Amino acid sequence: MLRHLISAADLTRDDAVLILDTAEEMARVADRPIKKLPTLRGRTVVNLFFEDSTRTRISFEAAEKRLSADVINFSAKGSSVSKGESLKDTAQTLEAMGVDAVVIRHGASGAPYRLATSGWIDAAVINAGDGTHQHPTQALLDAFTMRRRLIGRDAGLGQDLAGRRITIVGDILHSRVARSNVDLLHTLGAEVTLVAPPTLVPVGVEHWPCEVSYDLDSTLPKSDAVMMLRVQRERMNAAFFPTEREYSRRYGLDGDRMARMPEHAIVMHPGPMVRGMEITAEVADSDRCTVVEQVANGVSIRMAVLYLLLGGNESAVSHARTTEGK
Amino acid sequence: MSKILIRGAKVLGGDAQDVLIDGEIIAEVGQGLSAEGAEVVEAAGRVLLPGLVDLHTHLREPGREDSETVLTGTRAAASGGYTAVFAMANTFPVADTAGVVEQVYRLGREHGYCDVQPIGAVTVGLEGRKLAELGAMHESAAGVTVFSDDGKCVDDAVIMRRALEYVKAFGGVVAQHAQEPRLTEGAQMNEGVVSAELGLGGWPAVAEESIIARDVLLAEHVGSRVHICHLSTAGSVEIVRWAKSRGIDVTAEVTPHHLLLTDELVRTYNPVYKVNPPLRTERDVLALREALADGTIDIVATDHAPHPHEDKDCEWAAAAMGMVGLETALSVVQETMVDTGLLTWAQVADRMSFRPAGIGQAKGHGRPVSAGEPANLTLVDTAYRGSVDPAGFASRSRNTPYEGRELPGRVTHTWLRGKATLVDGKLT
Repeated sequence: MLRHLISAADLTRDDAVLILDTAEEMARVADRPIKKLPTLRGRTVVNLFFEDSTRTRISFEAAEKRLSADVINFSAKGSSVSKGESLKDTAQTLEAMGVDAVVIRHGASGAPYRLATSGWIDAAVINAGDGTHQHPTQALLDAFTMRRRLIGRDAGLGQDLAGRRITIVGDILHSRVARSNVDLLHTLGAEVTLVAPPTLVPVGVEHWPCEVSYDLDSTLPKSDAVMMLRVQRERMNAAFFPTEREYSRRYGLDGDRMARMPEHAIVMHPGPMVRGMEITAEVADSDRCTVVEQVANGVSIRMAVLYLLLGGNESAVSHARTTEGK
Repeated sequence: MSKILIRGAKVLGGDAQDVLIDGEIIAEVGQGLSAEGAEVVEAAGRVLLPGLVDLHTHLREPGREDSETVLTGTRAAASGGYTAVFAMANTFPVADTAGVVEQVYRLGREHGYCDVQPIGAVTVGLEGRKLAELGAMHESAAGVTVFSDDGKCVDDAVIMRRALEYVKAFGGVVAQHAQEPRLTEGAQMNEGVVSAELGLGGWPAVAEESIIARDVLLAEHVGSRVHICHLSTAGSVEIVRWAKSRGIDVTAEVTPHHLLLTDELVRTYNPVYKVNPPLRTERDVLALREALADGTIDIVATDHAPHPHEDKDCEWAAAAMGMVGLETALSVVQETMVDTGLLTWAQVADRMSFRPAGIGQAKGHGRPVSAGEPANLTLVDTAYRGSVDPAGFASRSRNTPYEGRELPGRVTHTWLRGKATLVDGKLT
């Protein structure tokens, strides 16, 4: 019986569509005067954040509170982790306090998987981003945003993203968002193209279920959605590209490039944006850009995941790798 | 002096013979030898090998006695059929002076389970900048002939060149841990399909191969010999094969785990599979087996690397690299090389005893099983099959990747200069 969400690759098409449909129901709660459901009353969820991430933590916290869960926030800074306590000891300490679910953000790829499979704790584990591995709720909220914009809020119910052409641009190598999106979008029937300088594409990408291009301009006219990824400034010093300006010229999205996209196509970004680097202010502030919507949708998606893992239909998120044995 | 008659063993996997040990020496090898005055070990069906020699062991003493000591490590060695191990220099303090190597050497002799031949560091503190006193370590009581900064690569081409030249004065050999440091910054596993998916920092094959290519050319240029530690890729095999065809004096080792395991196991994120160099692909594994069979790779060496439980019971990135190997090496070699028909037992004796002893100049080890030779012997029940239980290890550490895995073969007896260190699978 599965109770974890570790990787977007663990989700079947039906799992994913159920989560998206459930998130639509959750979104209606946000339209009510009292934005709260009693579903997780008496359940305790800990947000275990070993990496700074204000927006993801707040999004999970909002989702947990709207479902009436008791919420504990644990951030590594100023905690016993900085004194050398291990992940195992931290997790066991929290579980001893009676936690039903652990939402974990960790800098080490695989940390949530270890937490879920090592027998350290019994609580459900939800991956809120691990190293350069996975960020499944981000992929789900992105798919939710695409389905709403490209198909429609009501028309989209029960639907996947079959045939939609999604382009993801930027630092694929270091991106858990890209990995999660490739997995989930493929499962949902979309056609994914990754665009990046060759230095920022991992060796082995040829086995991913997607196309890879080094040329943004030729890809834009064939895109229903273009997702821009943040390029961290520290990559600059590691010779991934010559200068910020050159990156921006070749792989940044500005007004001219946006004009080459089909009229219905949207611009997405997981945030935080580096304006002037991968995206210009003109694009970021245009009504084709869904950044703010993605944030709102994130709360609905996380409510749906918590609801399905802890409160609702347990078969919703099944077939995870954790159940397949070694 | 006590006499032991090993009766009916298949010597090097050949015909059944009796072997009579008298004191420290093999007195007689033949059929129907008299058991008079001798303790008899019935060995029908078992294979008798010369005592195994490991050119690459981490005993951790001095400095990390929480993971292994010379005593526990040599007990593990005896348990695995070894009569001599070469102890790597990356201890605390580093074995870069005559004092440290003499201490390790002496501890091995005192405990009496397995001869310990210390390896000296190439550079002071393994820092790759300044040559350690290689001559002093060679002239010490430990008589060091193998030098290595293992754990770190001697990446500076000039330092490597000088070390290769310098050890010629006393017939030493430099054992290189081939890892280009800039190409492996933040490396967590083999770079390829699996690392791309798992989001773990890649350790590309080229980081190993480029150093090996450089070092065989350096060895050729200065007319010295070089030994390559734990070769792990198909490309490295091709380079060594080319170098040997050119007459370059290069030898190479492969670990048991690189003969059996692949990077697919990293999908479990279980750090028991974290090792340096990392587990590679199926293609590499097959190339390594073929190279060991055709002699391109000279020897099997364990890279026995004990780590305490807490250094493996954690997330992948935080975990230490390394696996224990002394107590499972022969079983893995039987599984991957003998039972697959790639090596005979006589060839196993060559790859795990004769040649490593030759490369390291271990006196009295790696000798033929014949009259007049030192009685360093290992008796193996090759028909045995059982699953690996780390709880039964003599090593102080349990970081084996084989827990619960069924492997063939079991060492039942080990003799070090005529003295039994292992009897019926139990340490004496």
